[in-house]
Amino acid sequence: MAQPNDRRYTKTHEWVKTAGTEATVGITQYAQEQLGDVVFVELPAAGKKVDRGGALGNIESVKAVSEVFAPLGGTVSAVNGELEGHPELVNQDPYGAGWLVKLTVAPGAPEGLMDAAAYESFLAEEGAH
Amino acid sequence: MDEAHLKRTPLFECHVEAKARIVPFAGFEMPVQYTGVLDEHRAVRTAVGLFDVSHMGEVDVVGRRALDFVQYVTCNDASKLAVGRAQYSGLMTPRGTFVDDLLVHKISDERYFLVVNAANKDKDYAYLCAQAVGFDGVEVRDRSDDYAQIAVQGPKALPTLQKLTPAALAEIKYYRFVNGEVDGAEAIISRTGYTGEDGFEVYVAPGDAARIWRALLAAGKEFGIMPAGLGARDTLRFEACMALYGNDIDDSTTPFEAGLGWIVKLDKGGFLGREALVRQQGDGIRRKLVGFEMTGRGIARHGYPIWASGKEVGAVTSGTHSPTLGKPLGMGYVPVELAGLGSVFDVEIRDQKVAARVVEMPFYRRAR
Repeated sequence: MAQPNDRRYTKTHEWVKTAGTEATVGITQYAQEQLGDVVFVELPAAGKKVDRGGALGNIESVKAVSEVFAPLGGTVSAVNGELEGHPELVNQDPYGAGWLVKLTVAPGAPEGLMDAAAYESFLAEEGAH
Repeated sequence: MDEAHLKRTPLFECHVEAKARIVPFAGFEMPVQYTGVLDEHRAVRTAVGLFDVSHMGEVDVVGRRALDFVQYVTCNDASKLAVGRAQYSGLMTPRGTFVDDLLVHKISDERYFLVVNAANKDKDYAYLCAQAVGFDGVEVRDRSDDYAQIAVQGPKALPTLQKLTPAALAEIKYYRFVNGEVDGAEAIISRTGYTGEDGFEVYVAPGDAARIWRALLAAGKEFGIMPAGLGARDTLRFEACMALYGNDIDDSTTPFEAGLGWIVKLDKGGFLGREALVRQQGDGIRRKLVGFEMTGRGIARHGYPIWASGKEVGAVTSGTHSPTLGKPLGMGYVPVELAGLGSVFDVEIRDQKVAARVVEMPFYRRAR
């Protein structure tokens, strides 16, 4: 399973892609597979400040609810409104149309997060396929 | 439970081949989903799905006083059963609450075949054995390892199963069963299920199970059959408002509170819990299991508190986003004053109060 090279990953299976001070956040292919069919996505309001590692929202599948954590601290600048009517986008395109929120973050490359290769090794160690 | 001690059903290899996601459940390694809960759910509502329910417990009650014993430990009236009929019932505590819910099948005057929840099987068997001490002429046998159970469920269940059996399936009415052959192997074929659809539950010897499973998948292929896991089993039974032990009923709830008064036959003679149930019928229940829809945004889940007038008044027992109705629904216990259709209360979802309204149960009823 190839992870996109243009972003960074967390051990809690979120991804973040930065461009200047804008950081787009979503969950990984592995995370969406584990969740199963997503039926509801609960996201913060624009303007909300979030801490790195803090709660960013919740994703509900038919089976269970799962918390999403912020890969970086910042201020929510946008949420993916498409998910309100089409939560299944998180399953279908987790790295694209299934993005969750955009954050305004401090400029500079995000530190302490895994690149694609490191995340794949992490998944392998976790026993995921 | 330690994973090393988890049991496997005779169909385990079939699930691995099908790339199911396997989870520990009731002491077994069980498939929770194959392709996805929503697809599997839809297959059962519109075509046919196949479930491995071999983890369920089977207990035989045999002997000259088998009926007396079944009558004593359960709340429904087993004397009404003719040979070849099944009945939904409750295994009762002396307090009139559920040790378990179960199906009672009358095999003969001296043999009743009980099917109980996997998670409760050991508890039920011990309870039945303890109660049987006072009965001469009754033997209780745990037969769980002697049977695999496959549920074939959905509008195309009958034509699928019919390809593999000479038994005239259309003549088996709901909650009746026959001893017959499936794919040449001896089987109990029962027109029962836990999905709200038409269908059959087939009990076979463990050694025949994998062959029959594969034959059923081939037989149902033209109808779009899918193997379905525990995830879809739960969403299907939930929409049909069939109780799940440990969620909607347990040893603190009575059949009257759970809306299952129809399985309580107080006039059948003495049985465990009868006095408590007579008392509750006289006094009236104080809380009741209701179905509700979320009018605010959010999904109620098992254990979430229910609030009304600034007080915590109950709890959600089951809840999810209903795949068929396309909206979040739930079930939970509330005070009877709040149990009427249209009553409103709040469900606490992650520190937020989200509005809900009582609606009719079951949420889903198949067209007949």
